[in-house]
Amino acid sequence: MINILLFAHLQEALGESKLSVELSDVTVAQLKEWMEKRYPQLSLQQIMTAVNEEFATDTTIVKSGDTIAFIPPISGG
Amino acid sequence: MTTALFEVIDQPIDVEEVRQKVLSRNAGAITLFIGTVREMTNGKKTMHLEYQAYPAMAIKMFEQIAKEIQEEWPEAKVAITHRVGHLAISDIAVVIAVSSPHRKIAYMANEYAIDRIKQIVPIWKKEHWEDGTEWIGDQLENVPYPQGKPAIQEEENL
Repeated sequence: MINILLFAHLQEALGESKLSVELSDVTVAQLKEWMEKRYPQLSLQQIMTAVNEEFATDTTIVKSGDTIAFIPPISGG
Repeated sequence: MTTALFEVIDQPIDVEEVRQKVLSRNAGAITLFIGTVREMTNGKKTMHLEYQAYPAMAIKMFEQIAKEIQEEWPEAKVAITHRVGHLAISDIAVVIAVSSPHRKIAYMANEYAIDRIKQIVPIWKKEHWEDGTEWIGDQLENVPYPQGKPAIQEEENL
């Protein structure tokens, strides 16, 4: 089970701030692809990803129990 | 009063409280950066803003910025508080306090901190205008996403 966190416009597009999916040992790129197929309203190609609160790349492996956050371009400060 | 150096809160920020966190007997200077909500951006009038954060990761990124400052300016001490939720015009969104023995480092480290916040800290703002809303796509306010996300083919139908 992978925990997914969504923020800003992604959260509004899905109507949820978090969800769990029954996947494990996939890359971030594969997870993005899987999410986009399941939720066509999401576009994740230009979205950064954090795995367990650290920035990750598309080749980072995601395991069961990990928390994945999709990070839209930030605008704090 | 909290003593955590890095915070994300949903209440008004007490600037004096942030300043006190960097007090040091060796400090000869404290710089305070106070980021506030601006009304006019590129001729468009903001009614209010809404900030959202990924708090656990935001705190980690603040710590990362502090570590970078420590490496560059070992004598600097930094504290950062960012506010989330509904903010009105002129409300304080972020306060950065840096103390150091001499003023130059306090200025440089403080500017470094706000620049890095805009690069790596997962916080987002949503503009509320008279005629609509928009999650802002980057800190320069020049790449907004009209439909709330980067332009893709399907947007043409909207």
